[in-house]
Amino acid sequence: MDVILFAIFAFLSVACAVIMIAQKHPVSSALSLIGVMGSLAILYLLLGATFIAAAQLIVYAGAIMVLFLIVIMLLNAGEEPKPSHQSLIARLLGAPLIVVFLGALGFIIYISIPTEETKVTFAAAKAGSAEDVGMALFTRYLLPFEITSVLVLIAILGAVVLARKEME
Amino acid sequence: MPPLPQELINGVPINAYLGLSAVLFTLGVAGFLFRKNLITVFMCIELMLNAVNLSFVAFSYKHGKVDGHLFTFFVMVVAAAEAAVGLAIILTVFKNRQTLLVDEVDSLKL
Amino acid sequence: MNFFLLSLLKLGLVAFVFLTALAYLQWIERKVIAHVQVRVGPNRVGPHGLLQPLVDTVKLLTKEDLVPSHVNKFYYLGAPIIAVSMALIGIAVIPFGPKIEVFGIETYMQLTDLNIGVLVILAASGIGVYGVALAGWSSNNKYALLGGLRASAQMISYELPLALAVAAPLLIYNTLSLRQAVEAQQGYWLGFIPNWGIFYKGASAFPIGIFLFIAFVLFLICAFAETNRIPFDLPEAENELVAGFHVEYSSMKFAAFFMAEYANMVNICALGTHLFLGGWLPPFPAPYSDFVPPAIFALGGVMCLYHGLNYIRARDKYTLPVFGVIFLGIAALHLAPPLKPILIPLFWFLSKTGFLLFAYIWVRATLPRFRYDQLMHFAWGWMFPVSVGNLFVIGALVAAFL
Repeated sequence: MDVILFAIFAFLSVACAVIMIAQKHPVSSALSLIGVMGSLAILYLLLGATFIAAAQLIVYAGAIMVLFLIVIMLLNAGEEPKPSHQSLIARLLGAPLIVVFLGALGFIIYISIPTEETKVTFAAAKAGSAEDVGMALFTRYLLPFEITSVLVLIAILGAVVLARKEME
Repeated sequence: MPPLPQELINGVPINAYLGLSAVLFTLGVAGFLFRKNLITVFMCIELMLNAVNLSFVAFSYKHGKVDGHLFTFFVMVVAAAEAAVGLAIILTVFKNRQTLLVDEVDSLKL
Repeated sequence: MNFFLLSLLKLGLVAFVFLTALAYLQWIERKVIAHVQVRVGPNRVGPHGLLQPLVDTVKLLTKEDLVPSHVNKFYYLGAPIIAVSMALIGIAVIPFGPKIEVFGIETYMQLTDLNIGVLVILAASGIGVYGVALAGWSSNNKYALLGGLRASAQMISYELPLALAVAAPLLIYNTLSLRQAVEAQQGYWLGFIPNWGIFYKGASAFPIGIFLFIAFVLFLICAFAETNRIPFDLPEAENELVAGFHVEYSSMKFAAFFMAEYANMVNICALGTHLFLGGWLPPFPAPYSDFVPPAIFALGGVMCLYHGLNYIRARDKYTLPVFGVIFLGIAALHLAPPLKPILIPLFWFLSKTGFLLFAYIWVRATLPRFRYDQLMHFAWGWMFPVSVGNLFVIGALVAAFL
């Protein structure tokens, strides 16, 4: 069951990523990226990271990508123009070479760790619930937590300064 | 349906998650280098960050600790801040140059 | 019985009841708004208009299903699908009662009991924003685009105070699972005051739940904004923006958006009931409160029978006694031992959720709508600081007293 779910959602995430970089219109790219994030959330669930999966859906897919979509729709970003020159060799050799390259990369990473060591099954996840994450976040990682909250404050100030109208 | 090979029976090996993360990261880099629309380039950066998140969570499973989840959490927070500022910059570029294509923002070129 | 078959059975039951309840929620809304405005509402189609939802469904299904030629077909057809599916996902983690035993099978009255239940509802409402945004953009229409963008900006602005208002009681119950949150509200203090969220005393020295009243009010306001209901109705108002983001939709897709709105309402009211009002727990201790549901239904049945015998309109001679007998039958069912542990918690849960839904409809009939800039200023200038302050206060109290 784990294998089937992993196969389906890994394929879905790679397919959505390929669609994202191949689509002409930014809105289609944004929606494919949301598809990638959704499949990654399911993969996090398979790895036992329940809190991170929910955070991915709420923060990334539910807020950041809505921001992207709003900006794309506001700016009325159209489709990209077709490139003025396209060599035939690039098109013929390009796509298969990309597939070969990605396959080789995945294979090299795959054989770098002996496979008998760790199997991922949902029942074997040792830590990942909200309680574990919260406990570690507010004890061991308190300083990064405070620093990132200051970082978010700076980001908000920067965005407000950049996006407001100029004073006369 | 043929029976699954022995090494897949008990679950998915962790390297599959790492290989998937590498493939997604490479696709993000490819999109970043080849696309022309500023917003699409920015979205490829988000794809790269997501691939790295998957790698962190996979390693956290391997060691049985929760630190990888925390790294993922901080990456998400930083990505949110970066998205906000980046989109504000894109809006300003659009307001001043009236274009969103990377090739046309070239007034500093020699 | 194995888990898969049991889950399928529960899924079928919950889906059927939920979808029927959505249709009848529309009937309740029309009748309540009508009586607030001193008129009658739909009363032609069945007895007291009870068959009106069925007739409306048939009408919407048989209407001409236009797909205009200038829309982006993939997103135009996908937007209501996203909206409805995300709205219907939330019901899966909402418990209706405690653990029950039916025909020797022990099960929880809940489809699934995730230990991140509250986050699932927040995530579903977050992704439901895409339905609205895509509907507005794909319609290729200025008004629809503006309505869609405004609606999505409003929904994500109010998601933040909603999450903070939801986090406040979770600090007290110490869990993200809704079933455990309700079970943490069991017990009574001073003998008769229930340990519900807003009256929570638990093991602390004074009832810290009093401060949860603020969180409850914040939660309700954000709930109104999340579901695009009055007074936060501007993106879909009929006379402001030419019906906003669903102006180009007809028949069943339009009905899909309405179904999504009502499903969101029910989900959020159920969430509020479980976190603040004690879920399925009765307001005073068990042996005495078990008589309240049969008493209410019996009273209703006796009133229907009385008015049926002294009827005013001719058709009341036939319809009111039937209702009376039905209510008395339900009252008897509440007293029967095999059904009692199922029906009594279900009654309390449904009555509390029903009260919140009645508040929704009452507010719709009473208040005017916000202007868009007032709405956004309210979210970021008032709701967000107050919810952060409330979380801080509740955190300090929990650390000090619990």
